[in-house]
Amino acid sequence: MAKEKVIIGMSGGVDSSVAAALLLEQGYDVIGVTMKIWPDSLGEDKIREGGCCSLSAVDDARRVAHRLGIPYYVMNFQEIFEKKVIDYFIEEYQRGRTPNPCIACNKYVKFDALLKKAVAMDVQYVATGHYARVIYDDNLGRFLIKKSATASKDQTYALYNLTQEQLKHILMPLGDYTKEETREIARKLGLGVASKPDSQEICFVEDNDYAGFIEKRTGRKAEKGFFVDVDGNILGEHKGIIHYTVGQRKGLGIAFGKPMYVVAVDAQKNQVVLGEEGQQYRSTLIASNINFIPFDRLEREMEVTAKIRYSAKEAEAVISPEGEDRVLVRFKTPQRAVTPGQAVVFYDGDVLVGGGTIE
Amino acid sequence: MDKQIYLDHSATTYVKEEVLQEMIPYFTEKFGNASSIYSIGRESKKAIEDAREKVARALHCQPKEIFFTASGTEADNWAIKGVAFANRNKGNHIITSAIEHHAVLHTCQYLEKEGFEVTYLPVDEYGMVSLEKLQEAITDKTILISIMFANNEIGTIQPIKEIGRIAKEKGIYFHTDAVQAVGNVPIDVDEYNIDMLSLSAHKFYGPKGVGALYVRKGVKLHNFMQGGAQERGRRAGTENVPGIVGLGKAIELATRDIEGYNSKLRALRDRLIKEVLEKIPYTRLNGHPTQRLPGNANFSFEFIEGESLLLMLDMKGIAASSGSACTSGSLDPSHVLLAIGLPHEIAHGSLRITFGEENTEEDVDYVLEVLPPIVERLREMSPLYEEVKRGVKNV
Repeated sequence: MAKEKVIIGMSGGVDSSVAAALLLEQGYDVIGVTMKIWPDSLGEDKIREGGCCSLSAVDDARRVAHRLGIPYYVMNFQEIFEKKVIDYFIEEYQRGRTPNPCIACNKYVKFDALLKKAVAMDVQYVATGHYARVIYDDNLGRFLIKKSATASKDQTYALYNLTQEQLKHILMPLGDYTKEETREIARKLGLGVASKPDSQEICFVEDNDYAGFIEKRTGRKAEKGFFVDVDGNILGEHKGIIHYTVGQRKGLGIAFGKPMYVVAVDAQKNQVVLGEEGQQYRSTLIASNINFIPFDRLEREMEVTAKIRYSAKEAEAVISPEGEDRVLVRFKTPQRAVTPGQAVVFYDGDVLVGGGTIE
Repeated sequence: MDKQIYLDHSATTYVKEEVLQEMIPYFTEKFGNASSIYSIGRESKKAIEDAREKVARALHCQPKEIFFTASGTEADNWAIKGVAFANRNKGNHIITSAIEHHAVLHTCQYLEKEGFEVTYLPVDEYGMVSLEKLQEAITDKTILISIMFANNEIGTIQPIKEIGRIAKEKGIYFHTDAVQAVGNVPIDVDEYNIDMLSLSAHKFYGPKGVGALYVRKGVKLHNFMQGGAQERGRRAGTENVPGIVGLGKAIELATRDIEGYNSKLRALRDRLIKEVLEKIPYTRLNGHPTQRLPGNANFSFEFIEGESLLLMLDMKGIAASSGSACTSGSLDPSHVLLAIGLPHEIAHGSLRITFGEENTEEDVDYVLEVLPPIVERLREMSPLYEEVKRGVKNV
């Protein structure tokens, strides 16, 4: 029988390189692919050197693919990335929200556009170097996503949007390994990428200056406006709402004599609402654009643990349906800086239940 | 993957055994520097001069009109910049075409930044430059016309002789990038009134990393590199003796029986074109139906992306290339396909197959067996194709 084919998304880093090696070991016919996603307008330096999809990443990934003896291609996804990730990123900030581009990229690019291309090319699977486990549950008759063996590296947060149809075609071979084990495997295989630092930050924004990025791409400066308190009293002038995110304390540009936090961003009034310690906590939120993994829809209340951002701790909560495609989340203890635009993600033990966008 | 068929001879060719054998001694025992006075130095010098004579015979010019370079791109750069800067006092206008290789286009764009004016002549649907438009574009400031002999993507061969005649009548220098033409088309620089011509060895079964520029005696041209006295001081740098020897041998072999080589390639190409157009609906042939390189076939398949097509062909062991952007390049479709009037979405789904010496009828059979199901499979994923099949949408 012919071997099953899998496309592994390669960044040249340790995780995807080891994932490729593990798939080979498991007997798959492995094809390495780096996705070219950044628009050319991002500028030569960035495209050449920066981050996981740069030309230097292509060089690294190609070297790893040669070393493993697998075919390697660069595939172009610039158009869809620009539309579904970059444009969305800018629009969300302009609406006073804080987007999560990694989730959008997973949803529309990696596990949609790339997967569709793979299927068209008669390739059964797309694999990534995510720290997460994709498991088929016989009792439920569904695919589940479980947290990785290493809690600290767990990357399930950005995967809550995956559908059953997608999961059928997804492999994540690093789910059972710790980062240390992965590095060790890389060393043993002589992959030469073992000591590359982990990538963090938003891949297409330089120096984390997302406001500057937005101003450059839209070609106009953000409009100045007022800081106000929770009662609407004017406190001072802000540089434009895209510079602020809920929960932010530093970089407000004004001294208030006491710690002040951004508690809300009002795009319509072009105002940034500031509050004192305590005022940035909330115990309920509404999430939209919901996706669930172990079941299609939430019929009744469910106890979960929930995370309101990638780096947040899970907190106990109860979720309940709130009309079509929306969920009410009630936390046992109030949560700091619940940020519209970010994702809230639900877990039941180590099972990823689902998630949605915070409204 | 067992079967491997190479169908990308316009990208590069292998080095012929006879060529390689002539080169080898110049890597090892005959390693002398051609500028040295002792015996092995003189031997290298002689080898270079022999190669120069072979190139001159192939182009029907004088050996002293041939200068070796490191690539076809270098020859293009030298010819265009060299003429532009040396003749600035006469004028600042250059005429080229919209479908040139980037070695020419980007050089011209560079010169625009340096204050030169460049006219990029449009081409017709077959990729032909119009002689009337060329005539109209000429001004009293025009110092150079640079039009490629044959196009690397769609294979169209330009009316070089007529262009040469116009250039001569007007007293304008005429350069042609003949990188794709040498070995495929008989070339006589005098008959065609060519003043400068670029060529590259690895396109006609010679080694990579060596090319040449023909410069007609009397053409006013700046030197390309400053340094030693190599290439009569015009292109300094120790000569790539094995490469030059390889180029000499390769051009000798390539021009020995152009008609024989042509008719073999033409038979393969014509059968491929005929059967692909018959077997695969919504397909068009790009380039001129007859005035084209003997080994070149370039197709556009509607509703699909060239990228996926090439990858799937590669998985089946077929090495071909796309008329659209290279896999690591930009998503912009090829400037050549856009220039012949293809809409964006069709230009994306293009495939270039270029035959060479070692290809056989069996290779054509294999392509005809493998290609139609791949195109069909990729089309099945296209919503637009679905609509067309259901008759909802007309194309």
